[in-house]
Amino acid sequence: MSEYLVNIEHERLSFFTPAGEVKALNDVSIHLSEGEVLGIVGESGSGKSVTAYSLMGLTAYPGRLLGGTLDFNGHHINDMTEKEFQKMRGNEVSIIFQDPMTSLNPVYTVGNQIREALKLHTNKNKAERQARAIELLELVGINEPEKRLKQYPHELSGGMRQRVMIAIALACEPRLLIADEPTTALDVTIQAQILELMMELKDKLGMAIMMITHDLGVVASMCDHIAVMYAGNIVEYGTTDDIFYNPKHEYTKGLLRSIPRMDSREHERLIPIEGTPVDLLNPPKGCPFASRCDSCMQICLREKAPVTYFGDVHYTSCWMNQKAELEGGNGR
Amino acid sequence: MSERLLRVEHLYQYFPAGGFGKKKKYVQAVDDVSFFINKGETLGLVGESGCGKTTTGRSLLRLYEPTKGRIIYDGKVLFDSGDVPVMDEDGRDVLENGATKTGAKTAVDMKPYRREMQIVFQDPYASLDPRMTVGDIVGEAIDIHKLAATKEERYNKIQRLLECVGLNSEHANRYPHEFSGGQRQRVGIARALAVDPKFIVCDEPISALDVSIQAQVVNMFEDLQSEMGLTYLFIAHDLSVVKHISSRIGVMYLGKLVELADSYELIFHSVHPYTQSLISAIPIADPKTARANKRIALKGDVPSPLNPPSGCRFRTRCPYATEQCAAETPKWREVSKGHYAACHRIGSM
Repeated sequence: MSEYLVNIEHERLSFFTPAGEVKALNDVSIHLSEGEVLGIVGESGSGKSVTAYSLMGLTAYPGRLLGGTLDFNGHHINDMTEKEFQKMRGNEVSIIFQDPMTSLNPVYTVGNQIREALKLHTNKNKAERQARAIELLELVGINEPEKRLKQYPHELSGGMRQRVMIAIALACEPRLLIADEPTTALDVTIQAQILELMMELKDKLGMAIMMITHDLGVVASMCDHIAVMYAGNIVEYGTTDDIFYNPKHEYTKGLLRSIPRMDSREHERLIPIEGTPVDLLNPPKGCPFASRCDSCMQICLREKAPVTYFGDVHYTSCWMNQKAELEGGNGR
Repeated sequence: MSERLLRVEHLYQYFPAGGFGKKKKYVQAVDDVSFFINKGETLGLVGESGCGKTTTGRSLLRLYEPTKGRIIYDGKVLFDSGDVPVMDEDGRDVLENGATKTGAKTAVDMKPYRREMQIVFQDPYASLDPRMTVGDIVGEAIDIHKLAATKEERYNKIQRLLECVGLNSEHANRYPHEFSGGQRQRVGIARALAVDPKFIVCDEPISALDVSIQAQVVNMFEDLQSEMGLTYLFIAHDLSVVKHISSRIGVMYLGKLVELADSYELIFHSVHPYTQSLISAIPIADPKTARANKRIALKGDVPSPLNPPSGCRFRTRCPYATEQCAAETPKWREVSKGHYAACHRIGSM
């Protein structure tokens, strides 16, 4: 389907490590329209970053795309060359990384790094690039932009560096901004500032955002749709309200139960998800969540659950939702 | 009245940071912090990075030698610099005939107290020696304090401790790299429990863990507390977790304690503008509430503790700041029963 800005279908990706094949992505399908904010939630190793990186052609060795199709903004990612990727990255799609301390180059000034993106993707001359860099720093709310452009990353605070990262990412007005845990390394008050800034810029520039995070609180306030990932699978997808108020997958339910609530007066005991995440070297045969699931059934261990739809967008793959049909089938 | 296990009075912790003579500079990591912890309770300590919460935790265990202040554990003075005002049980300064100081410097040998006071560190990847087996890591404290007479007793003790934190007894022969983050943190907790402590400083014990694992570890802390009657100082930057586990919460900003109250009281009736903005900045995992939530956005960044603002340290980011805030340091006072805060503008906001 071409009306989507991003259309990933049945992507499978593995890392071929000395210890064996690590199946990072197992049949992942994601689509994103223009101007939409999609949240990808999951714990570390669930494949949320890998999905986003593969879209930019940033899959690190020894990773290899094994199947599926990836389309972005008219590009067919599967058979793009490195040259074509370089043209696309930073121009049509850009990324903000988790750690602003390490993702800026310490030996170049901030200005240098912002102007680099402009130099590569636009035919602006030197003065225009400088003017645009100042404009960008103003856009992300940095005071005294002329002075800041001459500074090095170590002279700036964490929140300030993340703003610079955003300025670089937005330099060429991308259609899609991938934010890979943009606020995990920041304090809550700074996190609130950065999230607010991202939403403001989204409204101003009309780009789509792919928000990768493990914090359900972050996605609740800013996303239109949420994809919940577990062990390289999308276990549930739906609108923000679907996921929070009507979760259908046992993992999503468990995740929502396990976070402490701020508004309760009584002391409630947390309900954790027992066990540890699966080993992707030897993924289980059936549902990846089966070993930690309270409602695990026989069939969960044997087969992967088919996708069940609730309405137009909300879907999940969990056998619990097939239970009625399964039992009905046996009864007949 | 509940019994005080630990009292911290006017604690100062400065670290030298370059310069000579009169120009010598200090990072004022902890500046005049006073609080107490009751037996069997959990006191939460929250604040942004660099606000001095970890330093407070370490100083009161005397892992750092405090610059000034007094630390009283279970009625015994562990450290007293002799030049800070004496406080009563409730943390009020007492003026005995004008003599507010003890005058004498005390610093006891901490080794016997290490058995009672322990710490769990933030990073489970860095705080375990990669060359030691888990059994030896847990057993080291048993050896140092000579808590086991025979090899067999030591072995049994280690087994029991590992089971206590939800690990298998066979794990004793493995090395830290063979464990996941959550399991390593359990090893760190087993190590702290090895000497049967009464008081544990938990220094961001869950920050490095995945969401689904966090709840497991938080529950374990609660179980251990009720089984062994432990007292915690729970340091974290995640206010929602701290609210869950603590009976009282203290909020720190740039080396100062700005507010301290019962956890429900603090979340819903905070009086300090910093606490209020901190609470409003927490992302709420509920879309409807989150959309309706009005954030009190703070401008700018935290100033450097090398050169903190005069008067109230929060005034540079405070929406209510006046001239008085720049001139005078606000007093730490009891606003209502058990609710302490340091702000000039309480009541006038």
